[in-house]
Amino acid sequence: MAGEQERYGCMAFFETPETLVDAVRALREAGYTQIEAYTPFPLQALDEALNIRGNAVPLATFVGGAIGAIGMLVMQYFSAVMHYPIRVGGRPFASWPAFIPPALEITFLLAALGGVLAMLIGNRLPKFYHPVFHVERFERASQDAFVLVVRSERAEQRLRSLLQGLGAVQVDEVPL
Amino acid sequence: MSAARTARHERLLASGHTYTSLSDKIGKLALRPNGTLWFVSFACSLLLTLLFAAGVGELLEKGVGIWGINIPVAWAFALINYVWWIAIGMAGTFISAALYLARQDWRSSLNRYAEAMTVFAVAVSGLFPIFHLGRPWFFYWVAFYPNRMSLWPQWRSSLVWDFLAIIAYLLVSIMYWYVGLLPDLATLRDQARTRGEQVFYGLLALGWRGEARHWKRLESLNLVLAGLAVPLVFSVHSMVALDFSEGTLPGWHSTLFPPFFVAGAFFSGFAMALVLGIPLRRWLGLGDIITPKHLDNLSKMMLAAGLFVGYNYAVEFFMAFYSGDPYEIAEMKDRLLGPYAWVFWTVIACNVVAIQFLWSPRVRRNPIALFVISMLVLIGMWYERFILIVNSLFRTYLPSSWGMFYPTLWDLIFLFGSIGLFLLLFTLFVRWLPIVAMYEMRKLLHKLQGAG
Repeated sequence: MAGEQERYGCMAFFETPETLVDAVRALREAGYTQIEAYTPFPLQALDEALNIRGNAVPLATFVGGAIGAIGMLVMQYFSAVMHYPIRVGGRPFASWPAFIPPALEITFLLAALGGVLAMLIGNRLPKFYHPVFHVERFERASQDAFVLVVRSERAEQRLRSLLQGLGAVQVDEVPL
Repeated sequence: MSAARTARHERLLASGHTYTSLSDKIGKLALRPNGTLWFVSFACSLLLTLLFAAGVGELLEKGVGIWGINIPVAWAFALINYVWWIAIGMAGTFISAALYLARQDWRSSLNRYAEAMTVFAVAVSGLFPIFHLGRPWFFYWVAFYPNRMSLWPQWRSSLVWDFLAIIAYLLVSIMYWYVGLLPDLATLRDQARTRGEQVFYGLLALGWRGEARHWKRLESLNLVLAGLAVPLVFSVHSMVALDFSEGTLPGWHSTLFPPFFVAGAFFSGFAMALVLGIPLRRWLGLGDIITPKHLDNLSKMMLAAGLFVGYNYAVEFFMAFYSGDPYEIAEMKDRLLGPYAWVFWTVIACNVVAIQFLWSPRVRRNPIALFVISMLVLIGMWYERFILIVNSLFRTYLPSSWGMFYPTLWDLIFLFGSIGLFLLLFTLFVRWLPIVAMYEMRKLLHKLQGAG
């Protein structure tokens, strides 16, 4: 039965965002948990329907920013007080107000970098091969189609008819 | 559907659009472009860019003496161009980020090309501080890195702050722009019909699929980046202002400069957004996506920033005379009546007088009038930096060392060549990338339909 196990799931196409969200809710009530929804734009209703919790992006941004701020202040202190002190106009070596602007800019830079990396790593991108691209019509998912994938290793007639009953205009099997 | 809501819908996006029609319309501009006009603008900007390259070659060969600078005016076109370009680069991020935080729906049609404008303007501006160094190939000495001379940058210098600000701003703008492009690159990958295009956009899209959890992370990131970008914009242009404020010259040594410079930056940035947006809208038939309402809003923002700039001109004069400092007063008198007075009065005509027409709704609805006023603002803002830099330098404390500045041909080549380089990058962007954020437009359409 090796052929039947080489399957990613079942893909259904919907025409409107509302029918997609309703279908997600109905499938979860029917006991399906491994559901993926592909939409041409972010849909807030899906977060709730799929029970998507928070993500690591804000935390990673904060961590990046903290590394930038503390690292830059420490480095300036090290350079201006310990490693190569130069007396300029009688000012103290640790003239911290002047150290803030460089620390501020590097904070912004590393905070943004942290957030971008968290988004890419969390989304497992770049990823140039994915089973959903096997379905020809999936190219509409980035334009005008609202697509739902239910993970299942075997073809299920029950799932197919359930999806069709929920208003899917097309149901496909996704090979692995 | 109430009447008010219908009117609002009509204004931000022409009726009759669907997810399909929006994606097709914008995608076609990159995938099946209509050539002649684009090719003409590409060729013109390429010629100017080649002129710029010739200027750079001459500069590397002979040094900064090819420009009209000398003592006392040792800073002129290079710094004027730098401040002018980086100021233009401020408004794109501001349009994109601040309007996102303020939940302004009208940003969706504008943010992509405004962000592109920012990235290109900052990239062009960053060249000028490097060129004016004298030995440009040692520009990396400003950066901190382990070196065998065991030298460090002078952390208390605003020039070092400015270097870090430009680098941080350029990199953050590129990240913000690219992250927003990902879903649209995926759309182009899926719309592409030739193998070459599929591979090109497919690689750039990094395999974006639009899964709900991916969208959620992208939306979190957009919010966080917008929150970072707004204070970043203010800090970057404040650093530019501090380059001048830290100097003890009359006309420069002022705590007013950071907010004054930020306002001037938004002023010229909104003007550039209009100068680029009006022809795009006309030549690419984007009138239904960039509607008169968008032009109206942009010109109101430009008017507000311009009024603040005008107020600052007045405060500069007031502070000079209020301080009683003879050098400050002499500097202001030179502005009004000195040898560069004609430049100053051009600034007043462009930046203070011309924008008063924007009070009239009829002018704000007329693209040609808006285009002309925006061009005047761009010219006025360049002249303003000329007054700021040259007029403060040419008469120093000692009359025996006074001297005039006259630009050379190479000065002009660097100015117009840099405009060429900017336009070259922008025309390439218009040809190869989606100039309107498609997924933002679909999201807007969904929101407008939900309201109806």
